[in-house]
Amino acid sequence: MSREPLLSIRDLEVTFRTEQGETTAVRGASFDVLPGETVAVVGESGSGKSTTAMAVLGLLAQNGRVSGGSLVFDGEDLARATPAARARLRGREIGMVPQDPMSNLNPVMRVGDQIVEALEDTGVARGAEARRRTVELLEEAGLPDAERRARQYPHEFSGGMRQRALIAMGLACRPRLLIADEPTSALDVTVQRTILDRLEELTHELGTAVLLITHDLGLAAERAQRVVVMYRGEVVETGPAAQLLRDPQHEYTRRLLAAAPSLASRRIQIARSAGETAEADLLASHPGDVHEPAGGAPGASGASSDARPDNIIEVRAVSKRFQLRGRGLWGRGTEITAVDDVSFDIPRGTTVAVVGESGSGKSTVARMMLDLVEPTSGTITFEGRPVGGRDRAAEVEFRRRVQPIFQDPYASLDPLYTVHRTIEEPLRAHGRGDAVSRRARVHELLDAVALPRDLLRRYPAELSGGQRQRVAIARALALEPELVVCDEAVSALDVIVQSQILHLLADLQHRLGLSYLFISHDLAVVRQIADQVCVMERGRIVEQGTVDDVFDRPQQEYTRMLLDSIPGRDLDLRSA
Amino acid sequence: MARLVLQRLALLVPTLVGLSILLFLWVRALPGGPATALLGERATPEAVERINQLYGFDKPLVEQYLTWVGQLLQGNFGTSTRTGVPVLEEFALRFPATIELTVLALVIAVGVGIPLGYVAARHQGRLLDHTTVVVSLLGVTVPVFFLAFLLKWLFAVQLGIFPSAGRQTPSMIATHPTGFYVLDGLVTREWDAAWDALAHLVLPALALGSIPLAIIARITRASVIEVQNADYVRTARAKGLGRPRLRRRVVLRNAMLPVSTTIGLQVGLLLSGAVLTETVFAFNGIGSFLAAAVFNLDYAVLQGFILFIAVVYALANLAVDVSYGLIDPRMRVR
Repeated sequence: MSREPLLSIRDLEVTFRTEQGETTAVRGASFDVLPGETVAVVGESGSGKSTTAMAVLGLLAQNGRVSGGSLVFDGEDLARATPAARARLRGREIGMVPQDPMSNLNPVMRVGDQIVEALEDTGVARGAEARRRTVELLEEAGLPDAERRARQYPHEFSGGMRQRALIAMGLACRPRLLIADEPTSALDVTVQRTILDRLEELTHELGTAVLLITHDLGLAAERAQRVVVMYRGEVVETGPAAQLLRDPQHEYTRRLLAAAPSLASRRIQIARSAGETAEADLLASHPGDVHEPAGGAPGASGASSDARPDNIIEVRAVSKRFQLRGRGLWGRGTEITAVDDVSFDIPRGTTVAVVGESGSGKSTVARMMLDLVEPTSGTITFEGRPVGGRDRAAEVEFRRRVQPIFQDPYASLDPLYTVHRTIEEPLRAHGRGDAVSRRARVHELLDAVALPRDLLRRYPAELSGGQRQRVAIARALALEPELVVCDEAVSALDVIVQSQILHLLADLQHRLGLSYLFISHDLAVVRQIADQVCVMERGRIVEQGTVDDVFDRPQQEYTRMLLDSIPGRDLDLRSA
Repeated sequence: MARLVLQRLALLVPTLVGLSILLFLWVRALPGGPATALLGERATPEAVERINQLYGFDKPLVEQYLTWVGQLLQGNFGTSTRTGVPVLEEFALRFPATIELTVLALVIAVGVGIPLGYVAARHQGRLLDHTTVVVSLLGVTVPVFFLAFLLKWLFAVQLGIFPSAGRQTPSMIATHPTGFYVLDGLVTREWDAAWDALAHLVLPALALGSIPLAIIARITRASVIEVQNADYVRTARAKGLGRPRLRRRVVLRNAMLPVSTTIGLQVGLLLSGAVLTETVFAFNGIGSFLAAAVFNLDYAVLQGFILFIAVVYALANLAVDVSYGLIDPRMRVR
């Protein structure tokens, strides 16, 4: 090694005081960052990657401390430095670009002032000079119309613009090391790419070393020279990015690679085998409910009933307009069209995906399918009958047959309900069975989503993200729905868990004959789960067709741009 | 912002109309009547009728209400049946004392409560924090009149630091152009009179301000703790912000949002609490006058006072909303 490392981490150990005693979040982590080099730290949530980054900055949560090892930055061991000495390094020598652009800017202060104060407090510039410099920094980070934007507040910025402001802030004092903690994971892929490009150009020009923290192996491999893989607080593998992808040594890295969705992956196929039908029948049993409503026999096996239409749901020329409140004393409200003349079908037993960036209207489509939002015009037909405006009984029946799974498994489960109560709730609400038969049904559902029975008495706070999403799926399946609307259902999960959930969804679809509407911004995930795909841009469907057609032979410029923006697209992410 | 203020002021009109109707019916639903209360044992049917005729209480309710509102709109609050003096004159005589007391109590509550809560949050989990939490809990639970007696006994009777009763030492000759004694002393440059009036205010204001102080301290503490853990505070530290700026501009300003709401809500509490405190300290404000008005069913006084409190309360909360807009730019667009 010709150069001295700028940052050298050796046997780092970080512990947190909790009510259950001390827990070690990082143990024995060692790696170097050379001057001007980009090193990516990859791992799932809880792997200790962010904790390592915060330990470098000296910004661990109050109950956390570096309990062992050394963090040598430019010859000085930060683990032994005084708080004052560490504070002097922040901003000046070590900058940070945080993860969530929505929560990381001071909401009550103009964006420009937030950079000015950093320049002033670090002694880089003062007064008018600092303001002039701020505009330069914002322009440099790629913020258009920087002079005017500097006088605005964070809530007047989009997510991408905020992230640019945070980049300008992180680089304001020209630090030698920039810690970028998931800098773009909250942004759309196209925005993500332009921002990462800009960050790369800037740090390259300035010779800044970058410690890039990410959960996305593709992104890490694309952007970093070297990759550090962390798992449960330990560094399991370190190496040049290309080599690590080609020849992963550690079992965890291999699993991570195998789980990483990429455009090369194919639709998850569930092989039919004997004995499955029996299991499917078991799942579709009706506890204490012998009466079947005359018109609506649930399609548990999916294939048998041929009297019904081929499409479970048909969307025709649906639009949704929202009224925005006006500004100022006499300001008139304006109208925005969230969904504009959208038409598609979901053939029974298949998955139709709707993809698009934030603001494309895809979530509004999901809400209209769930009859939570009423279309301004157009019709949605479910099983041959129009959705919305029905009598109460028909609405209850519709709600039983169409179930949602939402994005955030942390927010969509009632924190005061046990797992058992959560899964049982829809059965109770629809007056299904008695306590005994409902319990049996909950056990069946738990088996179906592959969760152990001993979780039944636990609360959501005691579960992992993947377990929570399994509970949410079990709850959605409780009433034997025919259509499940998955609104970004796997977006909040780590790749390995994500892959497990996708396989579970595919398996359930096969066994229960479910139809899915799958809303996602992640095209690689869509490729794995969907049969048909609709690409939405600003409320309109710009392209639709089979997954293979759209992904392999995109017709529209917008679709091509979306596909090109996926990190790691050009890399060979093979499973080992 | 202008839109918000106008909207709120416009909303005040139906609020006051509704309140005035409720109020009008409520005082008349109380058992007895002003005439019987006034006459006491001399209440012969003829005498009662004469009084009722004199004040118009024999007319239909609707007519009485409309007459009252009509007078109100001309700035006439009616005449007290107990003293025979116009209500407005009685108020002008007594309200300054109550307002002086309330304002000082609020100043103490805000001026001590916010720093106390802030310091407690900075020392979260340590002795200073625990002490503050316990003391503020005591502050909320101890009844105002009990604390008032306690303060009076300790600081006035035992230690003799502050006067025990009244608004001014009786022997002091002072001129009172406005009725606000402290202000009067300053305006007329009678410094000793101003100082004396202030000394008389300290104990009642402390007693009155104790509950709001405790509440404000607790809310400030909780709010500062929450803001301290916010992402943008960590980011502000990461960009190299110095401690003074971090505390002042990032933490405190964001933490003040819920606190300002709380302060607005305390204003109503202070005005009603003033009645009790004034009684303990023989402080000649609106309190004792109002108590007498309740016992004598002095309709005009009760109606006028409650309506006045409602307006003050509404305006105080409007001020809070405006301050919200000043602190938080996001509120300005809504």
